Amino acid sequence: MTALAPIGVETVGMTMKFGAFVALDNVSIQVRPGTFHALLGENGAGKSTLVKCMMGFYHPTSGQLIVGDREVSIDDPRAAHAHGLGMVYQHFTLVPSLTGAENLVINRPDVPAVIDWADERGALADFMATMPFAVPLDVPVSRLSAGEKQKLELLKQLYLGRKFLILDEPTSVLTPAEADELLGMVRQMTVQAGLTVLMITHKFREVTAYADEVSVLRRGRYVGGGKVAELSHADMAALMIGEKTLSQKAARSGVPGDAVLSLRGVQAVDRSGLKQISLDSLDVRAGEIVGVAGVSGNGQTELMELLAGQRPYQAGAIAVKGHAYDASRTQARAANVRYLPEEPLHNACAPRMSVAQNMAFRDFDEDAQGKPRFWLDTGAMRAKARELVAAYNVKTTSIDSPIAALSGGNVQRAVLARELTGPVDLLVISNPCFGLDFSAVAEIRARIMAARNSGTAVLLISEDLDEILELSDRVLVMSEGRIAFETPIGAADIGEIGQHMAGHA
Amino acid sequence: MNGLDIGWWGVPIAIIGGAIRVSTPFIFVSLGECLTERSGRINLGLEGTLVFGAMAGYAVAFHTGSPWAGVAAAALAGMMFGLLHGWLCSLPKVNDIAVGIALMLFGTGIAFFFGKPYIQPVAPDLPAIPLGWWTDIPQLEAALRVNVLFVVGAILAFAMAWMFKATRIGLIVRVVGDSTDAARAMGLDPNWVRLWSTAAGGALAGIGGAYLSLYYPGSWNEGISSGQGLMAVALVIFARWNPINCLWAALLFGGAGALGPALQSVGVSEGYYLFFAAPYVLTLGLLVATSSPTQAISGAPGELSITK
Repeated sequence: MTALAPIGVETVGMTMKFGAFVALDNVSIQVRPGTFHALLGENGAGKSTLVKCMMGFYHPTSGQLIVGDREVSIDDPRAAHAHGLGMVYQHFTLVPSLTGAENLVINRPDVPAVIDWADERGALADFMATMPFAVPLDVPVSRLSAGEKQKLELLKQLYLGRKFLILDEPTSVLTPAEADELLGMVRQMTVQAGLTVLMITHKFREVTAYADEVSVLRRGRYVGGGKVAELSHADMAALMIGEKTLSQKAARSGVPGDAVLSLRGVQAVDRSGLKQISLDSLDVRAGEIVGVAGVSGNGQTELMELLAGQRPYQAGAIAVKGHAYDASRTQARAANVRYLPEEPLHNACAPRMSVAQNMAFRDFDEDAQGKPRFWLDTGAMRAKARELVAAYNVKTTSIDSPIAALSGGNVQRAVLARELTGPVDLLVISNPCFGLDFSAVAEIRARIMAARNSGTAVLLISEDLDEILELSDRVLVMSEGRIAFETPIGAADIGEIGQHMAGHA
Repeated sequence: MNGLDIGWWGVPIAIIGGAIRVSTPFIFVSLGECLTERSGRINLGLEGTLVFGAMAGYAVAFHTGSPWAGVAAAALAGMMFGLLHGWLCSLPKVNDIAVGIALMLFGTGIAFFFGKPYIQPVAPDLPAIPLGWWTDIPQLEAALRVNVLFVVGAILAFAMAWMFKATRIGLIVRVVGDSTDAARAMGLDPNWVRLWSTAAGGALAGIGGAYLSLYYPGSWNEGISSGQGLMAVALVIFARWNPINCLWAALLFGGAGALGPALQSVGVSEGYYLFFAAPYVLTLGLLVATSSPTQAISGAPGELSITK
């Protein structure tokens, strides 16, 4: 890649108000040319708003943007692109059914009416030769792994000639090894190719390892920053969280009991229908958390679906407390099995129904004696919902507002409140903290740990390895639809786990 | 060789002939629907567009004396229906399936209304290419009498497949159909792309209608379509949104449709009406056979309301 004259970007007194709510309050940050700058902050701190103002998605209420040494006015993303600003989003903006090459070419502003693929392929090959990493360009994007997609997003920006890249939590869906590889490459390009990068992140480790400078936002304000070399994790955490106290990590107590969940020789077909899910033996005992780690798409979703009765299996047996289990409502109730699937708003809620109704899903159809009921007891449902909302600290304007109006963390709390009410013998959880902020994460993890300590068997499926390591008593790694590795937490070695996740062991 | 008595050979010949004759409207309507659905919208109104195209094509051909003017008029009328559907669906909170059903009823209703005076008159037919000139078996010769529109439709299927692969317009339609967000991020206007994809799809369906009234069966009446437009929409799903598969599916469907008359012609009269159900049974069977309860339909555009 030819070296470009690096550009710097600066915001001066950026303020953004949505009605009475001040999302950004007089934020001035300076990203110097050719540096790797990290933007730290909790969810809702205003990081996304700030970069959206920079990219022209929002028009700031007041404040200026300086690109290079000139003040510019950016009205829409196209204007930002014209200034060489590009953004890699947290969610993918690639078109899943198009191949990598098609995705790159169609994003160019000057696509010819008839695309000469032989020609384009040649040009793409030349371009790829200048890049520090390769991505298969001839398969549909939907078949790429998360890491490959993220690299392709990055390639797309570079292919389009952007010189200033905003990365919005680029590693949230990657394995530690993939994240290191990606950020290492980005870092290398800032040094060698004159790229300037602003990365939004929660992860201190990435800031320390890759960024030159950091800016920290809290509640829409710039609260500090500077050279990464001069700041410790504790300094950054203090800036990010302020004086708020986090709920303490619950201590482990008790000893594991008998096996609650056991899978034996379960064979099923995965989502694509091409690969086999094959689980020889999996046990979860009372009072322990079994963490299932793995890169997404290696059978974890299918495992969740098997346990929730959403996916048929061809062979084997699933038993809960020694009885065959097919996840019907009756059985789940009898065996006290509860679920917290990933993206609970879509997988465990009726988004437009109220918070109170959603919280009553487990027991709205039976009365206090467990007999089926015909008329709903709305009063009791509401009373219960109010109690749970208070107990779990769910922030909602009213228990009658639709659950879809709640933020991600609050939906998670609401569903967790519902699932942890009453006796719970088995809790199956998938990515409980995905996309949540610091304090919500700590609280939800504490709840899970508390359930474990009270004797619940917990199966935790998560793509966040830190979460697995923090919570689990035993760690399993899924790879290619099988359980590739198992280790008690005491003997867990992150390098070894990573190798099994990557399928290289 | 006795040209009149070819016995059971008549059945496969009739099926081939039927496949070519009956399939043409299916080819056009399913290609039109394929284009519309690839842009992320479903137009169930194509049945109405087909019937209205048949009426409009017949009426214009009758008045001008030119069947090609009729085809052009049918295409124009179909495009109008497509534009109406596309415009209605671009309004907020409008469901494309509901609008489609409304337009299906509207199209057939308005076609019957304007079509009353054209049930009796005879309009000129579209020309056919006698590809069977080399044979002296009249059944085979009749079967190989291929209409120009069939050839156009077959070429169009390949052209559309090429368009989706190697043209800017084709890629843009696929982007819009697969991810509205990505399209917006690219600075495309999804509604605009869908509007014109639906309009072009409507025009193709109109041409399919003109074929019905101007070639086979070759006259205008109210029972002319009998649900062919709806079946063509189903064929698109069966063809997995691939234009070339649409062509094969339409041929298969047409061939199965000719099974009943073909068997009748060789004297099998028992269960005659049952054979008319053959294309539907075949389609249903194939759909069941190729579907899976645990997998998403492959090839489905991501923004389609039925696959979301």
